Parts: sequence; structure tokens; C-alpha cells
Amino acid sequence: MPLDQSFVGRSYPPTEPYEVGREKIREFAQAIGDDNPVYTDPAAARALGYPDVIAPPTFVFLVSYRAAFEVVSDPKLGLDYSRVVHSDQKFAYVRPLRAGDRLTVTSTIESVKSLKGNDMLTVRGELHDETGALVATAHTKLVARSADEDAPAGEGER
Amino acid sequence: MTGTTAHRVAYAEVGVGTELPTRTFPVNRATLVRYAGASLDFNPIHWNERFAVDVGLPNVIAHGMFTMAQAIRVVTDWVGDPGAVLEYGVRFTKPVVVPDVPAGPEGLEAVVAAEIEVGGRVAVKLDDELRTVRVDLTAVHAEQKVLGLARAVVRLA
Repeated sequence: MPLDQSFVGRSYPPTEPYEVGREKIREFAQAIGDDNPVYTDPAAARALGYPDVIAPPTFVFLVSYRAAFEVVSDPKLGLDYSRVVHSDQKFAYVRPLRAGDRLTVTSTIESVKSLKGNDMLTVRGELHDETGALVATAHTKLVARSADEDAPAGEGER
Repeated sequence: MTGTTAHRVAYAEVGVGTELPTRTFPVNRATLVRYAGASLDFNPIHWNERFAVDVGLPNVIAHGMFTMAQAIRVVTDWVGDPGAVLEYGVRFTKPVVVPDVPAGPEGLEAVVAAEIEVGGRVAVKLDDELRTVRVDLTAVHAEQKVLGLARAVVRLA
């Protein structure tokens, strides 16, 4: 069944704040094998003009995906979550995320399309800091592949 | 890697076609477990072979977001300051399949079960005043492109 087009443009209330921690950033940087000291050493971060350690670019997803998940699992939307793959991901940064940030995410359904039995959905998540300033935007495109197709061609997650 | 202030890349010194140093990133099951823990993405397709095969995958696959994180390192290592990345986007075109490879003398964490080779080149000089360029990235695993439309907008010195 095609997705409900009336969901395009729908926004969801901001999430509870996510607090970015120094040790979480360190863990994440280690997990991607990146030893850039700006992720772990506050002095190295200050040398580049940041008040504290910053997070790697894709760390944004850690903050945005839960909000996106809540949106796409809304039963009224009609997305078959068991068939969903993560198809595209984009980020735009006003500044890098940094330790001490308390970020809320406001999600909006940017587009909904159904093509050849595949349902496609893009969710925009805007991350705001405790002052209300926009810090970063995440665009997450998910595809629910038609049930009669073979193995997922995308990365197959979510 | 390197000191972050040691190698600022100057806008004036790059042109369309300037190549970024190519990098090869090894992946194994331990890498994926570590990434699952750090990213909180515990989807079993990234660590359980039986589950992955049951949903139609050839084997356990790397998190797409892991591959995305590796690819941008070619840019952040080049510019030094990761905050110079203003935009970054990818399409996940093929999965990075990560088989269970027996450990050698160095142990499981040293096994190379898969490799992601990432290259980048300056595709467009966007704005002379803001000193921004668009870098197009390629990420290849087993001779297949695993990312499509992989692009970053970067501010140079």
C-alpha cells in the first residue's frame, strides 16, 4: 500500500535533550579508528578555536536517528519497517558538535514517494543547542523495498 | 594521525582535480562490534551471520554509517580540522560484506576481513570568498562502489 502523502511536511515536537559527552566522543572516535586529537584532547580542540573536544562529522547520526526512528515507526504512516533499508544520508553543519552540547532534534517528513512498489521517505532532523541555535541538520532517506524483490541492495540496515 | 594545526590546506593551493591522499580502511567483526557499541546500532545484520543470511544478505555487513564515517576521514585528515566540513552526504549503494576470518598470531582484532578503499578529489571550487570546495569521494570494496554521490563541502584556509 502506498504511503500516505499527507505526511509530507509534517513536523514532530522536539526530543528531550541529548547531552554530548567527552567520553562518548572518545568511544566513537576509537570505534571509527580516528585518532585526531581534536576528538579527545581539549587542548588540541582549543588550539583550533573550539571550547571543548568536538565530535566526528557522522556523530550527528547518533543524535538524530532515534528521532527519525520514532517518525518512521508511526503506524499511521504505513511504512513496513521490516523491509526498510537506509538508502541515503546527508548532513549540513553550522558548527561541529562538541562536548557539553545539549541537543534537541526536531524532525520533519521532507518527502514521501512510492515507486514500483518501493516506498521512499526522507526525514529531516534539525539539531538545536540549549540556546536554541541550529547546530546541524541530518537528512535520512529510507526505502522500504517491495516485498517481491530479492535481497536488499542497500546496506540493509534499519 | 597528525597534529591538527600542522597541515592546513590553503584554498589558493588547490584546483579542480586536486587529489586527496587515498586511504584503505580494514574492517573485521571486532570493528563492527566496537562500532555497534559506540553508535548504539545493534541491528544483528552487523554481527550475526545466521540472521544476516536469513534476511537475504550474503553474510554480516558493515554498518553503512561506519563506511560513511571512514570515507570522510580522507577529508578530515587532509584538512586537519574536522570542523571545516560544512556538508557531507552519501548514498549507500552496496554493502561491505565482512566474513568471519580465522585469527592469525596477531589475534582477532588484527584480522583483515574486508577493506574499504577511499579516494577523493576536488570537484568544484565553490566560493572564493568563503574558500569552499566540493570534494567528491569514492569508496570501493571488493571492486564495487559501496557509496554513491559521496560529496563533502569543505572550507579551506
